[in-house]
Amino acid sequence: MSVLVVIEHDRGVMASGSLEALTAARALSADVTAAVCGGTDALAATCADYGATEVVSLVHPFLDDYAPQAWGEAVAQLVATRNPDAVIACGTDRGNEVLAHVSVSLDLPMVANVLRIDASDARWALTRVQWGGSLLEDVTLDAATKLLTVAHHANDIVPSEVTSTRTDFTPTLDGTLGSTIVRDRVVREAGVTLTTARVVVGGGRGVGSPEGFAPLEELAGLLGGVVGCSRAVTNNGWRNHTDQVGQTGTRIAPDIYFACGISGAIQHWVGAMASKNILAINTDKDANMVTRADYAVIGDLHKVIPAISEEIRRRRGG
Amino acid sequence: ALRRSASLHCSQHQPPDERDRPLMSSLRIAVCVKRVPAPGSRINVTADGHAVDATNLGFTTSPHEECAVEAAVQLVELHGGSATVVTLGPVEAEEQLRYAASVGVERALLVSAPDGLNWDPQNTAAAIGAALSAVEALDGAFDLILFGNESADSGGFQVGIRVARMLDRPVVNGAKGIDVGDNLVTVRRPIDAGFEVYELPRPCVIGVKEGINLPRYPTMKGRLASKKVAVEVIEGLDRPGGQARVRLHRPEEKASSTIILGNGPEAASAVVDLLAELGVLA
Ligand SMILES: Cc1cc2nc3c(=O)[nH]c(=O)nc-3n(C[C@H](O)[C@H](O)[C@H](O)COP(=O)(O)OP(=O)(O)OC[C@H]3O[C@@H](n4cnc5c(N)ncnc54)[C@H](O)[C@@H]3O)c2cc1C
Ligand SMILES: Nc1ncnc2c1ncn2[C@@H]1O[C@H](COP(=O)(O)O)[C@@H](O)[C@H]1O
Repeated sequence: MSVLVVIEHDRGVMASGSLEALTAARALSADVTAAVCGGTDALAATCADYGATEVVSLVHPFLDDYAPQAWGEAVAQLVATRNPDAVIACGTDRGNEVLAHVSVSLDLPMVANVLRIDASDARWALTRVQWGGSLLEDVTLDAATKLLTVAHHANDIVPSEVTSTRTDFTPTLDGTLGSTIVRDRVVREAGVTLTTARVVVGGGRGVGSPEGFAPLEELAGLLGGVVGCSRAVTNNGWRNHTDQVGQTGTRIAPDIYFACGISGAIQHWVGAMASKNILAINTDKDANMVTRADYAVIGDLHKVIPAISEEIRRRRGG
Repeated sequence: ALRRSASLHCSQHQPPDERDRPLMSSLRIAVCVKRVPAPGSRINVTADGHAVDATNLGFTTSPHEECAVEAAVQLVELHGGSATVVTLGPVEAEEQLRYAASVGVERALLVSAPDGLNWDPQNTAAAIGAALSAVEALDGAFDLILFGNESADSGGFQVGIRVARMLDRPVVNGAKGIDVGDNLVTVRRPIDAGFEVYELPRPCVIGVKEGINLPRYPTMKGRLASKKVAVEVIEGLDRPGGQARVRLHRPEEKASSTIILGNGPEAASAVVDLLAELGVLA
């Protein structure tokens, strides 16, 4: 079996998801080709470190910066000449987007966010993510070339140094494919974010108002963490959506997540469940967040949170 | 004098002060939403494993799609024109069409398919694309077709892209900002380091992410008006693709036994002990 892995990178910086995809591909076959749109020597070297026996650079002016349609069409042309058994990318925003374009160009199905692959039959049996991870779906994939993305963060990254050849491939790209090239970008100062924070203090409807978040901000500040929230909060306009944790917000994985006044709806839970520890603070001892958390305090968050901050200050002062 | 030339946009995204200028013509926008069950703390599956057990559940659409509807309504408010909401599903999906109508969408299209909520992505896209083509053949092209970034339930990340390609239009997903000009549509999309900007020629297709706006709630007047909207029905063609469902099931859960650290503010000391133990206090 031969597998082609679509490498995702941002102006030469490899996305960690691509290393997950390479690792997943190696579990299927030793014959792994990495397809890199644009790309640099450094990227090619990294692909070889993770098991790609061949690295193909797709070379065209439309491919230097991210361009979903041009990337998809270029990879499709490579697939058409090489005929691999499978094409794999990582299920990130870009990975899913590019592979969807590949699949349309080749008139093939594409299965997104796969967790398990059984390739023993002509029709593959796959398990994929639904509802952002709250539900799984077993599907069969019936296609001459199997196109799929592997769910992000579901595969460990395992290096495997191999000797690797390098090839260039020049696709023929129609002028209209240039219309979805990234034109510009605006870079913000990156501090601690929801995805990188070791401590997240999350507030839900129970916080009651935008001002009610002040004690949560204070606690987060004391612990070098950030504030997150539920959709009830963003829907009420109390906080910006960039703070939302959950299926349609951000996935977090801090050392500790304080879930304060959050009931623990499944769509919130999937965004929080990768946290190493969850401490729920809720007036309702039967709230889903409380029963699923590692730790809980039963009580009014407006009284409990200031008391925690006070205790931290007391111990630090003393 | 207010009309902008295409060359203005070639390399720079639209400056904010140009966003409110009138366009040469009003906008026709379509927005696609999918009816899904609204589960609470757990998702249950039917005995045959083929669908979510929606007994006692309400129905909704993805938050991404709610925001796509709001974006369509706001663009029409800004530039004039009309918005059409489209869904593929059973007759009950009329509920989601009327919800969109209650917040300002004028026209509603049901692509009817009794089992359409469980169709694979190729099948779904083919039916929606065909329905949109049929409408466009009669009434002219939509300037903009909006989708959610991904559906709430199946999350295939592709129906919008497939439809766009069928209709031969440029498409990007993940939009958290849309500004429409006479020739180009500017899309902002978040990335780790900030956001990137795309400029798509019109007509085009865009996948919208929650956070692009704050969807309004329907007013009483809107609710009443939505009851009067005539839902147009097109039969959905059923052509299964290469991905077939075998069964749905819940992921394994780690058995949890919650340690209650205490009640009320008195628990603070136990909480801070825990923080020390976890090493996040220093
Ligand atoms: C497709 C889809 C995607 C979604 N995506 C997301 C998502 O990404 N993120 C998300 O969060 N939600 C998401 N939701 C919404 C989700 O279903 C819930 O509606 C939402 O998470 C509820 O927010 P909440 O827990 O803050 O509010 P509620 O459910 O109202 O819970 C409030 C909690 O606060 C407690 N409380 C009240 N007062 C106090 C007090 N003084 N002290 C302590 N506790 C108190 C109550 O006991 C209760 O448990 C999504 C929904 C759908 C359908
Ligand atoms: N049955 C449907 N009816 C209308 N729109 C749909 C349907 N299924 C998917 N879509 C649209 O396509 C987007 C992407 O869906 P998906 O490819 O399933 O993630 C959704 O957010 C919707 O906007």
